[in-house]
Amino acid sequence: MSHALVPTKLEELWAYIAENPEAMLCAGGTDLLVKIRSRSVTPDCLICLERLDDLKGVRFEAGEIIIGALTTHRELLHDPIVQRDLSILASAVQNLGSPPIRNMGTLGGNIVTASPAGDTLAPLYILKARLKIRSKESSRSVPIESFILGPGKVDLRAGEILSEIAINQDSRFTVNHFEKVGRRNALACSVVSMAALMNIAEDNTISEIRLAWGSVGPTIMRFGDVERLLEGRQLTVRGIEDAIRKVQQSVSPIADTRASADYRRDVAGRLLLRLLSYASSR
Amino acid sequence: MIVSFELNGKDVHVETSSDRRAVDLLREDLGLAGTKESCGNGDCGACSILVDDKARLSCLTLAAQLQGRKVVTIEGVCGEDGRLHPVQKAFIESGALQCGYCTPGMVIAVIDLLNSNPSPSRNEIREAISGNLCRCGAYQKILDAVEEVVKDSKKEAS
Repeated sequence: MSHALVPTKLEELWAYIAENPEAMLCAGGTDLLVKIRSRSVTPDCLICLERLDDLKGVRFEAGEIIIGALTTHRELLHDPIVQRDLSILASAVQNLGSPPIRNMGTLGGNIVTASPAGDTLAPLYILKARLKIRSKESSRSVPIESFILGPGKVDLRAGEILSEIAINQDSRFTVNHFEKVGRRNALACSVVSMAALMNIAEDNTISEIRLAWGSVGPTIMRFGDVERLLEGRQLTVRGIEDAIRKVQQSVSPIADTRASADYRRDVAGRLLLRLLSYASSR
Repeated sequence: MIVSFELNGKDVHVETSSDRRAVDLLREDLGLAGTKESCGNGDCGACSILVDDKARLSCLTLAAQLQGRKVVTIEGVCGEDGRLHPVQKAFIESGALQCGYCTPGMVIAVIDLLNSNPSPSRNEIREAISGNLCRCGAYQKILDAVEEVVKDSKKEAS
């Protein structure tokens, strides 16, 4: 690499991008700088985005929660809006990396890195996050599931940046559940993760549920048939056992140094059992 | 480029390439070898420094990113008269190290913790140092040391 640029204003960013069309963008660098060091990517120029204050912070706007893409994980954890209204995202960020990684890494960085094990992604999928993509001339908005195309692959064209994450709180859920299974709690790449948003009726049936799994396929996986199967079911072992099997049949995990494919498949389904802890006690 | 920043309370201006890693800039160009490098990948915490009062990994920070920032390394945590920082003192008194290689990073992580949470629980201390590996396995003594600092600061306050 030959040089690193640190713009403080968007106009400066657009100028740098125009002058260095091959530059890579760095939104924290906890992943990218590791790849550069191992020479798996070799950019001539790096543009570090962390001083673009316009792309930071959490706010309400027109009924939506807007998160600046350069908001660090630590800032998310301390943000009152995130704590109150996006607790599922907060639980995912709580165990992301380690304290210094959370001081440096950003939500936008985690999204654009598009790792199947990216901790914030499963929550963002079921929160139906929309991503605002900007370039000097234009802006567009895409749902996160169409933005992430595969491992490390996203729908970001030359000259574009991910600027904001928008979450519309159309439905409220009483259960905001996230669990990551890893080899240890800190600095662990997830073996399997599951995010769940759920409402439970008074008779202990599941009235509404959204589910997403990480690390069991090329991108975050959601199964509409599993959600439809569960809605109306009793929140008991008997009520969800066929959904567990269906998840195990539907995921497509790989084996790697962290776990075998069979283990991931098994655990992905069984993570649904955790939801029983929210069952209304009689 | 010339990078200008505050380093341990003093302004420095240093000619370097913008993509030089902060850990190399500090250790090799500025002679501050207290900051250690171990994994070089952000997994071990040995190279932690404070940038604007927050712990950052200097192996994953580039020189250009330090421009205008306030940087504190392990050399800068003691008082002006050279007196040890309370965290350093407690590490020594509790025997919170064997080889000492992880200690600068541990001390930085603990200072960051105590700045935002002056009376952490043992579990909160565990979490705060969860990004710092100690291959001698001095973790329990490190937790003891931090608990001593918290106890002492409460005594002082009362």
